[in-house]
Amino acid sequence: MHELALMEGMVQGIQEEALRQGFTRVHQVRLEVGRLAGVEVEALRFAFGPATDGTVLEGALLEILELPGRGLCQACGEDVVVEARFDLCPRCGEGFVALTSGTEMRVKDLDVD
Amino acid sequence: MCTTCGCGGGEPKLDGQPHSHEHGVPLRPGRRRVSLEQNLLAKNDALAAGNRRAFAELGILALNLVSSPGSGKTTLLEQTILRLKGRVPVAVIEGDQQTSQDADRIRAAGAPAVQINTGKGCHLDAHMVGHALESLAPAEGSVLMIENVGNLVCPAAFDLGEAHKVVILSVTEGEDKPLKYPDMFAAADLMLLNKVDLLPYLRFDVDRCLGFARRVNPGIQILQVSAQTGEGMEGWLTWIEAGRKKAWAARAAVNA
Repeated sequence: MHELALMEGMVQGIQEEALRQGFTRVHQVRLEVGRLAGVEVEALRFAFGPATDGTVLEGALLEILELPGRGLCQACGEDVVVEARFDLCPRCGEGFVALTSGTEMRVKDLDVD
Repeated sequence: MCTTCGCGGGEPKLDGQPHSHEHGVPLRPGRRRVSLEQNLLAKNDALAAGNRRAFAELGILALNLVSSPGSGKTTLLEQTILRLKGRVPVAVIEGDQQTSQDADRIRAAGAPAVQINTGKGCHLDAHMVGHALESLAPAEGSVLMIENVGNLVCPAAFDLGEAHKVVILSVTEGEDKPLKYPDMFAAADLMLLNKVDLLPYLRFDVDRCLGFARRVNPGIQILQVSAQTGEGMEGWLTWIEAGRKKAWAARAAVNA
């Protein structure tokens, strides 16, 4: 359950950004979270309310864009989608997959005024 | 709370209107979209980089010890401190949700220690460690052991500024733990398989366990130890001393 800590860190970062870029209210936050990032999207949603109370984000909408785990198979060279971090290539069943995406967790953008 | 979008308590209103719970709404007039591309861990990572700089300037080898509760971390630390006495100065940061019992044990073993109580928190973060360093003030060229909260999940994500994560797995746990908690075993540079003196009494397949660990992390180094009997401890101490030498040598370059 480190999702609350992640949300609190996000809020701090956005508060600093608000000072830098001169906005006072955030209406929507879009996050990109990879399926292999090791965080529970539902727990992020749950933590968002308590973490944003009394901040520029209070009452904002949270949109989470989930990104699939993708990578290149080290055996057959195919670009494949994987369900777990250390799955073997679903196509050839032999190679380790070097991930190219799926572990992200970042704020993509904000709608502000 | 809206369980779909997690927007706070009560019923938040946008421009006086109850907000629709539609997601991906287009940008409304009068608003602007700010592109951030900011990692959720950016704050922690920046603080961790500060800790890492401080360690580099002082030539300190910092290790982040992670494991499940009950793997024998604190006993391993006590034995490590006793065996390194006179060879290497060791300082310790202890992380637990509650009590200062572990820091008391470490001090009794002869090393300065600071206890961090995380309360409800399930992991240490770079901010807590930064503050602990202020009161601990580890000596130049020392080894700093950071004993994280017993938890194989959350501490994997939080960089503390350490040189290496060391994961401790004891043979009284399941041999498939590396597969069940792959993020932690992938993040670690060294795995200590602890309590190996108990192997004759257990059905624990060492080769299978090490195979699982290497599957999630082909580059992981593995040492088999028993803090209780001392078996394998010399290999661990040698590993620490080599790391410390490296940190000390790098210090000259950092401060040049």
